[in-house]
Amino acid sequence: MTVIYRETGQFKTTYASDQQLFPILQDRVFVIGFLVFAFGVLPFIGTEYLFLAIIIPFLILSLAAIGLNILVGYCGQVSLGTGAFMSIGAYSAYNLAVRVPDLNLLVVFILAGVFATIVGVLFGIPSLRIKGFYLAVATLAAQFFVDWLFARVKWFTNDSSSGNVSAPPLAIFGYAIQTPVQQYLLVLAIVCVFALIARNLTRGAIGRSWMATRDMDVAAEVIGIRPLHAKLSAFAVSSFFIGVAGALWAFIRLGSWEPLAFDVNRSFQLLFMVIIGGLGSILGSFLGAAFIVILPLALNQLPTALGIPLSTAMISHIEFMVFGALIVFFLIVEPHGLARLWAIGKEKLRLWPFPH
Amino acid sequence: MKSAFRIKAAALAVAVAAAVGGIAEVAAQSSNEIFVPVLVYRTGPYAPNGVPWADGFVDYLKLVNERDGGVNGVKIAYEECETGYATDRGVECYERLKSKKPVAFSPLSTGITYALTEKAPGDKIVLVTAGYGRADSVDGSVFQWNFPMMGTYWDGADILVQHVKKKGSLKGKKIALVYHDSPYGKEPIPVLEELAKREGFELIKLPVTHPGVEQKATWLQIRQQRPDYVFLWGWGVMNSTAIKEAISVSYSRSQIYGVWWAAAEPDVLPAEQAAKGYNGLAMGHSAEHDRPIHRDMIKYLYDKGKGTAAKKDEVGSVLYNRGMLSAMLTVEAIRKAQEKYGKRVVTGEEVRWGAENLNLDTARIKALGVEGMFQPLHTSCRDHGGVHKASIHTWDGSKWSYTSDMYESDAKLLRPMIEASSKKYAGEKNIPPRDCGKAS
Repeated sequence: MTVIYRETGQFKTTYASDQQLFPILQDRVFVIGFLVFAFGVLPFIGTEYLFLAIIIPFLILSLAAIGLNILVGYCGQVSLGTGAFMSIGAYSAYNLAVRVPDLNLLVVFILAGVFATIVGVLFGIPSLRIKGFYLAVATLAAQFFVDWLFARVKWFTNDSSSGNVSAPPLAIFGYAIQTPVQQYLLVLAIVCVFALIARNLTRGAIGRSWMATRDMDVAAEVIGIRPLHAKLSAFAVSSFFIGVAGALWAFIRLGSWEPLAFDVNRSFQLLFMVIIGGLGSILGSFLGAAFIVILPLALNQLPTALGIPLSTAMISHIEFMVFGALIVFFLIVEPHGLARLWAIGKEKLRLWPFPH
Repeated sequence: MKSAFRIKAAALAVAVAAAVGGIAEVAAQSSNEIFVPVLVYRTGPYAPNGVPWADGFVDYLKLVNERDGGVNGVKIAYEECETGYATDRGVECYERLKSKKPVAFSPLSTGITYALTEKAPGDKIVLVTAGYGRADSVDGSVFQWNFPMMGTYWDGADILVQHVKKKGSLKGKKIALVYHDSPYGKEPIPVLEELAKREGFELIKLPVTHPGVEQKATWLQIRQQRPDYVFLWGWGVMNSTAIKEAISVSYSRSQIYGVWWAAAEPDVLPAEQAAKGYNGLAMGHSAEHDRPIHRDMIKYLYDKGKGTAAKKDEVGSVLYNRGMLSAMLTVEAIRKAQEKYGKRVVTGEEVRWGAENLNLDTARIKALGVEGMFQPLHTSCRDHGGVHKASIHTWDGSKWSYTSDMYESDAKLLRPMIEASSKKYAGEKNIPPRDCGKAS
């Protein structure tokens, strides 16, 4: 593997080849191979449990983490309102689906994102005046306001007696989405499209304006970046992604949900994903989501899989302890997240056999 | 630098190993056993109440295997999965255990029940929700796979109002509902609102956010408004916290009525003597511990060191009994299915028929060894609940004792509400209701 990962002989002779998404041939081959596997092979070999309990939640939370990463990692605006924006997406999708029954499901998801965008921009306005921890507290207000809104205003839950709402049957163009494989493919397609958009946005002018604002807002202003524009566009794009993720989480992952599914813990969970995965990295969003979603499940099932007889409570305690210890371990080893770890690994491979 | 790289490489290896480990397959279940999964919470803020329930549930399955050699000779296999009372973890457990061909789930969480209600029909798995879950799922013509047996929250709300009404007209009185702000806590609200209209009392709704350890503001409101009664719809640490807060604002414990999930030993023991006078619903049973079933538990399990509970004393506590009865209903549904389909490993579909045609009369209750702690239960397509009775029991500082007769909820009030709600659900989900006249 190490010998294969070599750039020797790959010359960039045009601007286009220098500016492409994955400039290194091996990366391109790897990504294409991965996509072929995800779309073409996995649907045939995966089990129902793998799709429903592991991959679908992982993909949807990755999408939300990408959204949050745009705001926190790329634009430097700390937000604790992610759960709120997800729930805006979820409840707008629910209301659209219930009140406008003939609407195409994809349109529902997009509109859910649009509603989340509107609310996101609204709660992003304070970012023009306040920064850092103060902004985090201001976005926390969004979280509590939205929690309250969906728990108390009955119109949003269609007068459901228990406050619990459930998604209508899923169908796109008259084609029912019922089996885990269909759901997986739908989610995968949406996440791929959004990851591509995010990757390109962050490479372009708008992404550079976000990063300039993040690195030093005064300097960014001096070179002609309008902070209003940069910050609010980051809030808008971020909330859109998170809103769509919220709608997917509600419709495909949960099927039936209450406001508790999007409480402040969800916001923290996503923030941890972004921090552990790597701030300012699309790959990091995926790695962070994998770490937070998959690792606890793996830890929970490991003792049973190895045939170690432990009580359910003990397994649960061990899960918490090992998971906590691993978070600390990774943050000490690489404070810049798993994505940075991956990048270092890549650098070493390129210089192999003389890494320094 | 080199050593730093090694640590990082190790970190990467850990990450990869973890990712691979998560995908590891679960071993297949042997084919001559009936699989009953057990969703539990033995950790977290709801553990004080979750543990005895889980112990009772598992002990009953163990007892059936040890004492009777299974159900008609077919052993029961079971596996616990920790949900922590979190809906997403519960759904994950369901997906994890689904591959073992389970016949029935008892999620012990109304939130998880709501989520699984969407999934169970497709997977053909029965949901036994004894004393919790959706109240409208009593209507089996729409909710074919849900069995809210022994009583729903709507039954509970109606019975509580019946009880306090006996003490004098409710006209102009105030009743405060202190509830867990989740589907569980909100479930009784429509019935209480309807009853408030009919009986002329004022309903004060006071939500408590999960997990319920912060209730200062709630009880200050109670001190201010002085309601005549407080109905407590809590779970886990929320219950004991509520009782302690009631003591600190000196609200009389005898005016507080808990639902059956807020009327067990873990709720009152933290306050002990000071909780004296606190009332709760007894869902057909209280803390009976000397029935034949309990003697069998001791004889076949605890004397042989095979019991699940850490201490023998837990056998017969309120929630232990309820877990035990939940397992008993599952086993009886399996037995009924075997009556029709043969004494073999039955499927989820067959157990669904069994659960819908249960008829546990006095003789059967006596044979099961649960006399006096279980009301005769008869399910049908029209009524998946089977029995809608409860009484009140009161904590005297050291034990629970019955302080009322048996009440039955008012079907004339509840049935139209159930049908309206289930019809609405059927409409949203495009479920054509079954004709109960034709259901076999």
